[in-house]
Amino acid sequence: MIATRIIDELKTIVGAENVATDRQDLLCYGYDATQMEFLPDAVVHPGTPEEIAAILKLANSERFPVFPRGAGSGFTGGALPKGGGIVLVTTRLNRILRIDTENLVAEVEPGVVTEQFQLAVEKLGLFYPPDPASLKFSTVGGNVAENAGGPRAVKYGVTRDFVMGLEVVLPSGEIIRTGGETYKGVVGYDLTRLLVGSEGTLGVITKIIFKLLPLPEAKKTMLTIFDSIDGAARAVSTIIGNKIIPTTLEFMDHATLQCVDRRFNLGLPAAARAVLLIEVDGDRELIEKQAARIHEVVKPLGLVEFKVAKDAAESEQLWKVRRLVSPSLRDVNPTKYNEDIVVPRSRVPDVIRKIDAIATRYGIPIVNFGHAGDGNIHVNVMIDKEIPGMDEKAHAAIEEIFRAALELGGTMSGEHGVGLAKQPYIPLELSPVQIATMQAVKKALDPNNILNPGKMFPA
Amino acid sequence: MDPLKRVEHELKKCVKCGACRAHCPAFAALQREPAVARGKVAVAQHLLKGDISLDDQTYAVMSKCLLCGSCVEKCPNEVPTDEIVITAREALARKRGLTTFHKAVGQVIRNRKLMSFGALAAAILGPLFFRKVPKTSGLRLRFPLPFVGNRRHIPQIARTPFMNRHPEVIRGEPGKPRVVYFVGCMTNFVYTGVGEATLALFRHLGCTVIIPKEQQCCGLPGMSGGDLDTVRTLAEKNLAALEKYEADYIMTACATCGGALHKFYPALIGKRHPELAQRIRTIADKTVDAAQLLQKLGLHPAETGAGEALKITYHDPCHLRTRAITRQPRELLAGAPGVELVEMEGADKCCGLGGTFNVYHYDTSLAINEGKSAAIEKTGAEAVVTGCPGCMMQLSDGLKQRGTRTRVMHTLEVLARSLR
Repeated sequence: MIATRIIDELKTIVGAENVATDRQDLLCYGYDATQMEFLPDAVVHPGTPEEIAAILKLANSERFPVFPRGAGSGFTGGALPKGGGIVLVTTRLNRILRIDTENLVAEVEPGVVTEQFQLAVEKLGLFYPPDPASLKFSTVGGNVAENAGGPRAVKYGVTRDFVMGLEVVLPSGEIIRTGGETYKGVVGYDLTRLLVGSEGTLGVITKIIFKLLPLPEAKKTMLTIFDSIDGAARAVSTIIGNKIIPTTLEFMDHATLQCVDRRFNLGLPAAARAVLLIEVDGDRELIEKQAARIHEVVKPLGLVEFKVAKDAAESEQLWKVRRLVSPSLRDVNPTKYNEDIVVPRSRVPDVIRKIDAIATRYGIPIVNFGHAGDGNIHVNVMIDKEIPGMDEKAHAAIEEIFRAALELGGTMSGEHGVGLAKQPYIPLELSPVQIATMQAVKKALDPNNILNPGKMFPA
Repeated sequence: MDPLKRVEHELKKCVKCGACRAHCPAFAALQREPAVARGKVAVAQHLLKGDISLDDQTYAVMSKCLLCGSCVEKCPNEVPTDEIVITAREALARKRGLTTFHKAVGQVIRNRKLMSFGALAAAILGPLFFRKVPKTSGLRLRFPLPFVGNRRHIPQIARTPFMNRHPEVIRGEPGKPRVVYFVGCMTNFVYTGVGEATLALFRHLGCTVIIPKEQQCCGLPGMSGGDLDTVRTLAEKNLAALEKYEADYIMTACATCGGALHKFYPALIGKRHPELAQRIRTIADKTVDAAQLLQKLGLHPAETGAGEALKITYHDPCHLRTRAITRQPRELLAGAPGVELVEMEGADKCCGLGGTFNVYHYDTSLAINEGKSAAIEKTGAEAVVTGCPGCMMQLSDGLKQRGTRTRVMHTLEVLARSLR
């Protein structure tokens, strides 16, 4: 419990209306998309970097934990106040400070919702590609802290690739800037890269300088249906082997297709075993050519059907299959563990086969879909927590899935992060020396362990 | 039975993904998690668990919902947050009693005579009455028109209610559809012009229009306060009134009333009173929105005569949008003589009225409405057109406060322009 005296000091810093201590309010800041829940002692909504600095200084002198939070849409518990403390919400810092059309950079506060930022730059003919599935509600601050990815990563990269510089409040309460506005810059350590994806353990981000691109003229959406998972996987490498990098190469396995079709009656062909949703963008003539070429090269790979959208409405229709995946999963079982392993893209069929074997062995339905272009597969372990023992079995299965990904040269998590959910599995992927190196960084920046404590590393 | 037990299964569906944050008008204005669907679901879950109680804080959380259904439409897991919030308000009302305001709302809407009297009194005393009486005075509650509350711009109340002007049955051509008209309080007492336009259009098509005298308030203002007993009483009376006549359709030109008959009666009253469920279902299945029906019956707006040039923009009422009635009114309006229809930004966003939300959270309600007014102004339209008298009142309030001269019209008023 945090003393009333400290709550009063917090109120002096941010104003009483920006400190909540009612139990109902606390409940509303104790969850995220993991479905774990922890009750904080207070929720504060600072409005400036200086207020955040003052809060962190107070946290150091009074030794209470501070948990930074954006929209609270994370999949690993990164923003959850485990053990109690205060939740520091950054959504009041929500201005797009400037969009520089000459240098193709933008300066943004962390509370801006990702899609709002995208729409603002697109109005000026510019483009911010990272597109996590949560982009309509997640914040850019959260995206940077978690290094969010998305379908377009295969062509454009992830959030990290667009962050040029940051303003950060260090756990000590000091405010620093890292990186800058130039593409080149080699003076000192690259603190920007260190902070991107640090899950709110090394500092609170208060400004972000993003790199922008010119907005592509057009895009083209294709839905390709294959009679085998191997056909779809070979299609991915064949397309890329033909020097075409699509914006999106979304993949759905047979279990996913069954789910969607059962629920929404899409009338998919009986022979459908895997679907690839492909999108290319760029100059109009170029993407026409690319679409034709893609059709040509995937034809011999057990292609059952090839649909090309003529306009935006048809494109939306093709995307529908992909968008309906989430709502239909619940029909399998009420609770899903949504993992996001990555393997080199040529190993996707191997990892899917391994996961299928794990599913059979444990008797737990596992549904796979995701970003085949970059080998990032969303593995959905579907369970019913009311069935005794199923949760334990699921965790054992998840550990085997992680091991499978690692054996194939991959990683446990491509975009969701570690937080609390993957914490126990960290030693599978990182050596003791790697972990100790990271912990040394944490210790140097946050000696009192006040900022997002208890995350990422095993206790 | 603890009302929340009814939604226990629904509450489990929420995975706290946060998608509702992108769609909730109350959250957009307040920017705090208790205002969004996910937060209310969390609070309801903990109420069921028993580690919080039906206290002032719970009341505050549950009151911050417009029941617009935006989150329900967009929820990947189809969590019916509107139903959950109403149920939580029902539990709050049972435990703590209704608020003075909602008690008064219940009394008035249950009693058509009192309601006409209240409406009449308000018509005579006019807006002055409400302005001169201090906010805290109990006098305000003597004539608490359910939608009026403490707003700054009170709409003109009609001296003669719409239903007093017309016989119960207005015969049309033989062989043409028989349409039972559910008028709704806002049309009957405030926007009588909407009623006249509705009548004119269906008569133009040769329909027989029946206006059952015994029809009551749909009950939505009561529902919004969790007073489901009042809603049940009204639903029963309305069922009887509507069943009395052979009808091909039950039609309403009020999106809110349509939402009640079509969606909320089955979801809330049918579930609680299984003995009424079948009758409620029958009525719900017959209920159509006026614009939807006009199009179905083949109204060709272009053939209704000539009309002066009028540039309009269309606002989607929540209770039409959530029933997927968005295309029909636009198609009819675009085809009307002289009409130029331009789209505003965020036409599908709630106007901020939210039943009685605006009474308790007037400032938030207006803040939500600000964006709407700005979007309307930006189109340069002479009139904003919509399918719900509730929205009409809220839109007028917002536009008047900004000093804009944009008119507010009902879809059917625009369509009927050239008939007269």
